[in-house]
Amino acid sequence: MTAETVTAAAGVAPAAPAAAPVRPGSARRVLSWVAGHLGLLPFLLYTGVFLGAPVVMVAVGAFQDNDGAFTTDNLTAAFADQFGRSFATSIELSALTAAAGAILGAILANAVLGSKPDGLLRKVVSSAAGVLANFGGVPLAFAFIATLGSIGIVTKALAGLGFDIYAGGFNLFTFTGLAIVYVYFQIPLMVIVFTPALEGMREQWREAAANLGATRAQYFRLIAVPVLLPPFLASTLLLFANAFSAYATAYALTTGVVPLVPIQIGSLVSGNVVADQQNLGKALGLGMVVVVALVMAIYAYLQKRASRWLS
Amino acid sequence: MKRRFAALAAVAAAGTLLLTACGGGASGSEQSSGVATAKSAADLGGMDKLVEAAKKEGELNVIALPHDWANYGEILDAFKKKYGLKVTEANPEGSSQDEINAVKQLKGQDRAPDVVDLGSAFALSAASDGLLAPYKVTTFDDIPAGQKADDGSWFFDYGGFISIGYDASKVTDPPKTLADLKKPEYKGKVALNGDPTKAGAAFAGVYAAALANGGSFADIKPGVQFFADLKKSGNFIPVQSSAATIESGQTPITLDWDYLQAGYAAKLKGKVDWKVTVPSDGIYSNFYAQGISKTAPHPAAARLWEEFLYSDEGQNLFLKGLSRPARLPKMEAAGTADKTALAALPKVEGDVKFPTDAQVNDAKKVLADEWAKALG
Repeated sequence: MTAETVTAAAGVAPAAPAAAPVRPGSARRVLSWVAGHLGLLPFLLYTGVFLGAPVVMVAVGAFQDNDGAFTTDNLTAAFADQFGRSFATSIELSALTAAAGAILGAILANAVLGSKPDGLLRKVVSSAAGVLANFGGVPLAFAFIATLGSIGIVTKALAGLGFDIYAGGFNLFTFTGLAIVYVYFQIPLMVIVFTPALEGMREQWREAAANLGATRAQYFRLIAVPVLLPPFLASTLLLFANAFSAYATAYALTTGVVPLVPIQIGSLVSGNVVADQQNLGKALGLGMVVVVALVMAIYAYLQKRASRWLS
Repeated sequence: MKRRFAALAAVAAAGTLLLTACGGGASGSEQSSGVATAKSAADLGGMDKLVEAAKKEGELNVIALPHDWANYGEILDAFKKKYGLKVTEANPEGSSQDEINAVKQLKGQDRAPDVVDLGSAFALSAASDGLLAPYKVTTFDDIPAGQKADDGSWFFDYGGFISIGYDASKVTDPPKTLADLKKPEYKGKVALNGDPTKAGAAFAGVYAAALANGGSFADIKPGVQFFADLKKSGNFIPVQSSAATIESGQTPITLDWDYLQAGYAAKLKGKVDWKVTVPSDGIYSNFYAQGISKTAPHPAAARLWEEFLYSDEGQNLFLKGLSRPARLPKMEAAGTADKTALAALPKVEGDVKFPTDAQVNDAKKVLADEWAKALG
């Protein structure tokens, strides 16, 4: 990101259509354009206040030192040494749990779709998915400490059966433990976002393929996979973004020993230890914004591809 | 279409910036009486005049004061009862940085914080940014040298020692020193109060471990190494300790400020037998600091609050929460310290020394660089 784009983002808007050379009727056209977009105004104000302004502040702050002078030191520091490593760890954890969550979630969604559309199973799974996808933060961390922690119920039960998982090298308070906890909320999210795509698969396609002599495997390879791949990848990206920004769960479970970007930002901008480092935190935040923006751009492109068949 | 949306977004962002720039223009109370620049109660014509001015304001805004922290709950109640002011508490679980942000961002509004309670590094930073008003409480001379700014823009209020807390029913052979924490029998039992790069109590725990392991105020690395070893052996679990983790038994041994441990013990009375000892090999003490916001909407109430905290009554209330108030040495000598509370303090053997600000800042830099590297 260059300084120019920052100033553009900071509200120096590119010349609006209103500044076009005056042609007969152009004033009226501008007026009708404005009138036509009046309904958008509340939405734009809302997103401006809660999304636009914070992003602008983060972007501007990332390029300032504590006296407000322009500097690129924050960005240099944000990708060096431990902060650079925390980006790597965050991306690794998000990618891993997104992939695992996507595969397991897709299998679960597919299995549930085999049941009756208004049957009990489907109702239970979809409501459970809705609840569990939003189960996070400290309560989730605590639930796992109580089950899989070093004195958790499951840990103790397994030890009673002769399986001491902690002696076997498992530890909830590590990267692996975090990955397990993240997958716990990734699977239900996948069920929610991927079910509509599965529902869009038409029965007629399978029948047509069968009439033309396709085996099940051929149908799967030549029809189901190509149609479902874009929404599957899109959902995976959504899961990635979901894990990438998770904070409270990771903090409660590992208090920073697994270096993740959101936790580093927390220490820099709202801690009791490190003073005067807020703009470095903003630079890290800007890095996250860029990563998520990239992911979401690919997501939007894939969604467009997917909607060709699954409308 | 895309371009148009970008233009719309830019316009929205610009409009928002204008809005946020013009917003928050609500002016605070009129500060014509000179209260906002008063550097002592005497400047206003004595305590009675200060009380009168504060009562006229009728309100006080405080921020980031948890009720179970150094007995702040009781202190707030006592202050309200004594002067009849309405106290508005914001963000009780907030951090020092949150407090400074609030002072800066709410400047000129009625809900801005009047007074702050900051970690010492943040007090220095806020003072050098010109956010704090110089004020000397009546008992200012009782605060030991080195524990206050010369101009009174900040002054230490209460401190404590890093201590080992343990659940006496689960830990039959309790640790007495930091070195003891390495014993194999404490596997999976030892925790800190958060991430040392974020939580002051956890940072202090690592500093104390450095002192116990051949480090010094100028060298925190042995402390980081100590926890890295402790993690390798499986003794250290990186769960943030709290009353809840203590109650559930997940963190039967914690390293934390003694006044916070006292709070857990009181809270879990009857459920957990929580005992506290100050380790003899890593004596580390630190204080928090009070400051008055230069832009306080209630300047008289802010000054009255400080006078109350540094009166015998306020200091004894801090003491009751097992924290050590700044005037304690002088009050002990004068015999005005609460005897019962004094007897309940965890015993500290040996001399207490403090690191310099420069040493603390260096230690923080080293810790921020090394912690995740050594333990990750």
